[in-house]
Amino acid sequence: MGVEEAFLSLDELRVRFSDTVTIGPVSLTIARGEILALLGPSGSGKTTLLRMLAGFERPDGGTVRIEGEDVTAVPPARRRVGMVFQHYALFPHLDVGENVAFGLHGKGKAGRGRGEIVAEVLSLVDLAGFERRKVQELSGGQQQRVALARALAPAPRVLALDEPLSNLDPSLRERTRRELRQLIKRIGITAVFVTHEQEEAFDLGDRVAVLSAGRLNQVGTPEDLYERPANLFVGTFVGRANVLRGAAARALGATDGEVILVRPEQLRFGAGAGERSGLNGVVAERRYTGAAAFFQVDLEAGERVEVEAEPRAARVGDRVCIVAVRTLRLADRQGEV
Amino acid sequence: MTRNRGGGRSWPAGVALTLLLAWLVLYPIVLLVVDGLQGDALRTFVARSGEWRALWASVWISLASVVLAAGIGVPLAFLFEWFEFPGRKLLGSLIALPAVLPPFVGVIAFLFLYGESGFAARFLQFVFRFQQAPWHLQGAGAILLVHAYSMYVYFYLFARAGLARLDAATLEAAQALGAGRWRTIVRVVLPLIRPSLAGAALLTFMTSLGSFSAPYVFGGGFRVMTTQIFASKQNGELGVAMVETVALALVALAGLVLLRRTEGDAILAGLGKGTAPRRRALRRPLVRAATTLAGWGLAVLLLLPHATLVLVSLVPYATWTTETLPPVLSLVNYGRLFAEPERLEPLVNSFWMAAVSTSLAVAVGLAAGWLVVRRRVALRRWIEGLLALPWALPGTVFAIALATAFSVSAPAQLRWILVGTVVLLPLAYFVRNLPVTGRAILAGYRQLDPALEEAAASLGAGGWRTLRRVTLPQLKPALAAGASLAFVGALGDFVTSILLYTYRNRPISMEINAALRVNEIGVAAAFGVVLMAVSAIVLSIGARR
Repeated sequence: MGVEEAFLSLDELRVRFSDTVTIGPVSLTIARGEILALLGPSGSGKTTLLRMLAGFERPDGGTVRIEGEDVTAVPPARRRVGMVFQHYALFPHLDVGENVAFGLHGKGKAGRGRGEIVAEVLSLVDLAGFERRKVQELSGGQQQRVALARALAPAPRVLALDEPLSNLDPSLRERTRRELRQLIKRIGITAVFVTHEQEEAFDLGDRVAVLSAGRLNQVGTPEDLYERPANLFVGTFVGRANVLRGAAARALGATDGEVILVRPEQLRFGAGAGERSGLNGVVAERRYTGAAAFFQVDLEAGERVEVEAEPRAARVGDRVCIVAVRTLRLADRQGEV
Repeated sequence: MTRNRGGGRSWPAGVALTLLLAWLVLYPIVLLVVDGLQGDALRTFVARSGEWRALWASVWISLASVVLAAGIGVPLAFLFEWFEFPGRKLLGSLIALPAVLPPFVGVIAFLFLYGESGFAARFLQFVFRFQQAPWHLQGAGAILLVHAYSMYVYFYLFARAGLARLDAATLEAAQALGAGRWRTIVRVVLPLIRPSLAGAALLTFMTSLGSFSAPYVFGGGFRVMTTQIFASKQNGELGVAMVETVALALVALAGLVLLRRTEGDAILAGLGKGTAPRRRALRRPLVRAATTLAGWGLAVLLLLPHATLVLVSLVPYATWTTETLPPVLSLVNYGRLFAEPERLEPLVNSFWMAAVSTSLAVAVGLAAGWLVVRRRVALRRWIEGLLALPWALPGTVFAIALATAFSVSAPAQLRWILVGTVVLLPLAYFVRNLPVTGRAILAGYRQLDPALEEAAASLGAGGWRTLRRVTLPQLKPALAAGASLAFVGALGDFVTSILLYTYRNRPISMEINAALRVNEIGVAAAFGVVLMAVSAIVLSIGARR
């Protein structure tokens, strides 16, 4: 994407907590109306990055620009970044309407009263008429939507969401995820959200930025990350993966200092032992999931791989030959995985 | 993730608050030690055997108070937390009522009730036709009686809170492993609530060490350190009073350090996550009836001092001589409180001084909460330590220290003459209030989700608006609790007042003392009732959630 398209840009952003914990430097650009997911394990620095974007953490170096304006030193109160907090941070002493109206203080928009804006934003999140409810009386999903409405009411330039779905029941999460994406797209606001779940990042984000140990590993569409991971960390953190080293890797075409990464669904049981470029082994476990089954196969080379196949493809104890449909060759970096 | 960067740009405010607290809290103590150890007062102190007797009396009275208060409070806590019987709820809250009696008021209530010419003695004289009062309420025994009555509440409340936090599954596990009821209590329950018990013991020890009202009224020839200091000051031996004060402060600090050790680690308390054991209904009719009866009997016994105070407040001057019960009752004493200007003045004085000192303590508490918890300034440990220091030292110590610090005019040393002005006493109340308000507000701040303030900022609210609309409303329970305790403490104060008051700011407790001297017991009791009622109202407002 061209530089002129960057609506929001983080440039060489870095911060140091202690001698051992450093985050960045991270550079990222986000287009207008795009949804970017910050994905990484806990402690990878994704929340800190979001908080630097919103102004709650001051970077030691680098800049944050919104629409070309350098906002690095602008305090959160004047940055116009709407924030949805992990536990929502709804004001317990104010009702729903007062929570949503909080950010409209001193904002008399031409021809529209505050009440009108509140009603409009609440209906946007499907909570029309909830103004006088107490926030404690709402369900988790409703509280989440109030938090969203409150962040949207002052018409921010960017929406920042910190693990917006982590407080919801798993059953509710998937539906809310889709509704959230539809809503953000309908409003057309640029959004950045933090998650540690790959599925959530893929479902919600247009692009995903993968972080580990304070470093940005790769930014791309879900397909990019899954099919063309930049390194071993991304390859294993995003989706299930078998990592093969040594003899098994060499059999699949790896050279020294390389590993082979192969997804379970890209392995297949061959016709029989002795097939070309096949790996021989014994089925040790079978886990049935309905449409398919996951087979744990102990290879003769001493490693164990996972194969996703049709449930009746093999039985525990069978001697099998495994063929790889597609493999990825990645540099084997010490200390990773 | 939050980061510690020593408070960023807030450090000047952190330094300013630390210096202010050091000047108010630490500096007077340092001056006291320096001034006290000059001259030959120390030699006089060491040579007098009476001084050592008083010091030892302070220590053993305090230790005995802890034992007595625990002996009453802990079994009561078990009874009310573990068993169900008629009237449990009402009794459970009545039983904490000694807390609404300011120390000096409690002492005079005891005097009216159990003193030589009190109701109890008159009643026995009437029944058994004694010629003289059957006892003298005097000396160590009398002091311990008052202490046990007023301080068992600490053990009762702390132990109940500890028991309520217990996980029922822990007790069931002990029973499943074959432990009987006593073994479960001794091996599991008591160790688990040890932090609560140690907290109550510490509070009781420190309170009795600083106790002045009971030894002052009932001590007679029996001196503890607080009354010894007062006597030295009255005799004009200021140097000796200072040395005595330093000695008392050292004992208090030693007690604090030793008892802190026994509190143990809080890991034990942190484990419990389940629900507290369900209360067991007392089924056997006889046990049930006996418990209920004993409970109500106890409640009556505990409420007798309050009732006595009300009754005596209705006795007009010089109408009650030898009769068992007062022959005339009227509201004339209350009328006199408000009609006679010299009686009204102490009421007004106490209220304004309590209000001013409480407001100041709340303001400092808020500033400390913000700097310590939110900004995490580099000096936060100092700020917390200085806020807590007045609690570790008896009221007498601080009164003498402030009187020492502000008895000279030396602006270069930050000392001005405040002795003899109306400023010194409210200043002392303020310093004494710092620990309780500071503790409540800091705890409130710690429970406050920082995300709420961040949410306000992300919605465009500036610092003041966030404070007014988000932080203060959230801190309201903590502020109410801290402020109400501080207000009640200042309103009923006796120990600081008697050392620092002037005629122009004489508080209620001094007026009660003066009224007792001239045998105006009705007026004294009426003042006591006013103090008791206001304390109860203010505390109940402060405890509301």
